[in-house]
Amino acid sequence: MVTSGKASLRFQVASDQALMVCFDAPAKKNGAKAPPLQNQITKEAHEQVRRLLRSVEMEPIAGVRNLHPAYCSLLIKFDALKLRHEELEEIVRGYIDRMEKVRLPEPRLIEIPVCYGGEYGPDLKDVAELHGMTADAASELHASTPYIVYFLGFAPGFAYLGEVAEELATPRLPSPRKSVPAGSVGLAGRQTGVYPIATPGGWRLVGRTPLKMFQPDRAEMSLLALGDRVRFVPISREQFAKAELENA
Amino acid sequence: MSLIEVRAPGLLTTVQDLGREGFGPMGVSPSGAADPVALRIGNRLVGNADGAAGLEMTLLGGTFVFPERAEIALTGADFHATLDDTAVVWWRSAEVRTGQTLRMGPTRSGARCYLCVRGGIDVKLFLGSASTHLLSGLGGFEGRALRKGDVLKIGVAGGSFRTFRKRSVAARALAQLAPRKVLRVTAGPQSDWFSEETQKSFYAGTYRVAEESNRMGLRLEGAAIASTVGGEMISEGVSLGAVQITAGGLPIILFVEQQTTGGYPKIANVISADLSSLGQLRPRDEIRFELVELETTRALLVEQEKMLASKELILG
Repeated sequence: MVTSGKASLRFQVASDQALMVCFDAPAKKNGAKAPPLQNQITKEAHEQVRRLLRSVEMEPIAGVRNLHPAYCSLLIKFDALKLRHEELEEIVRGYIDRMEKVRLPEPRLIEIPVCYGGEYGPDLKDVAELHGMTADAASELHASTPYIVYFLGFAPGFAYLGEVAEELATPRLPSPRKSVPAGSVGLAGRQTGVYPIATPGGWRLVGRTPLKMFQPDRAEMSLLALGDRVRFVPISREQFAKAELENA
Repeated sequence: MSLIEVRAPGLLTTVQDLGREGFGPMGVSPSGAADPVALRIGNRLVGNADGAAGLEMTLLGGTFVFPERAEIALTGADFHATLDDTAVVWWRSAEVRTGQTLRMGPTRSGARCYLCVRGGIDVKLFLGSASTHLLSGLGGFEGRALRKGDVLKIGVAGGSFRTFRKRSVAARALAQLAPRKVLRVTAGPQSDWFSEETQKSFYAGTYRVAEESNRMGLRLEGAAIASTVGGEMISEGVSLGAVQITAGGLPIILFVEQQTTGGYPKIANVISADLSSLGQLRPRDEIRFELVELETTRALLVEQEKMLASKELILG
């Protein structure tokens, strides 16, 4: 079932208990070329996702089990014994019609200290060289850009931040690392983010923060939430060591 | 308070309940039992609520000592177990006398077995659930698989039971719940990224479950599947049982410890009524996919739930 709605609104069956709401370009047909990925990541779509998520969180829908926001979509998992896709689509359309009136909280500005390069950012040199700049220039550029938290996914507290300056955009590593240390700041295309826990990962590592991105015993478990603004602040190795001691 | 002492943990034994849904916006995976139907029935057999926490064992079971009397049930794959010298029968409640040892062996059928105990396994809840999420080290018993020497607490109800109740599962229900090797799927959100021919070969093909499969995903080996669009897509939310096609063309079925979002196109999605079967797949098992209509999936789910809710499910 693919139904078309307003210009950029699309509903899609993801599974027998999940409905995808997309605020993006229409689906590609067989053989057609995919639109360039980056063209789909827009602030407008993000704003829609944020509004819809907020609406459903404030006024929960009976039978809905989970919400998975992303760049320009919201996956809604539900109990198929209580809801059907068509019914849920109808309800969500109602939310979308009303969501312009939803008051979104002011975005918080969160500063994340980062020690760039060296053992903390083993890929910084390569990233800089690829773009014909010095490592210092690359880290300065990464830190001078304000980022939006588009969504959290992949792992608890992992925020997808965008957009990295075009001059710094770098594809993922050809083969992912088996383990990326917690706190590592990575780049992938025009996305950047901080690994909250040690996991395998394919993003280019440019630095590391001493902050804990996700802590189960903290009132706000995740340091970042969808819609927040983030700025990276370069710190020295000494500052990193000191902060790490304080956080321990 | 009653306890369980872990003498041998088995290959991979974790505390699991029915998972923590509702925290997708924080990137938190639901986790939970890989075969939730087996866990639910195990809990019924010992008089627990469906969602009580039990132990999920993988391929090789552990050895456990019960310092006090307890009531247990083993469900899911048959790992062969003895209580001191007596064999324990699967899908039945069993009385454990003070000081007895439960010894489990390697699997004789599927991948996972569940040890349910009256009162449930008592661990500190994380976001409302006892389920372990191994990758993030959250939930369950210290966020990890059990080790030799661990001591688990049994919930309060377990300490106060007086008379043991003999319960078993209706044979008809068990036949209905037998794990499937032909997994029924609905079309995935990016099924139109794959040509008709490719889809035909996907549904005609046999896939083998790879060794590297785990609770995050089942990696499959077989004929590679190429998308007509190619490459990665923009990350979006992913549902349980989604069949992703990786850059190399091999499918990965997202499983209970799945990441919440992903960037690979999804050709299909395993239906809810067959998710428990995924939990019983072992490395080297051969599977196939069968496309069904959305209406069918609902009917199958209703049928499964009806059977689980039926008064005739548990005898005794």
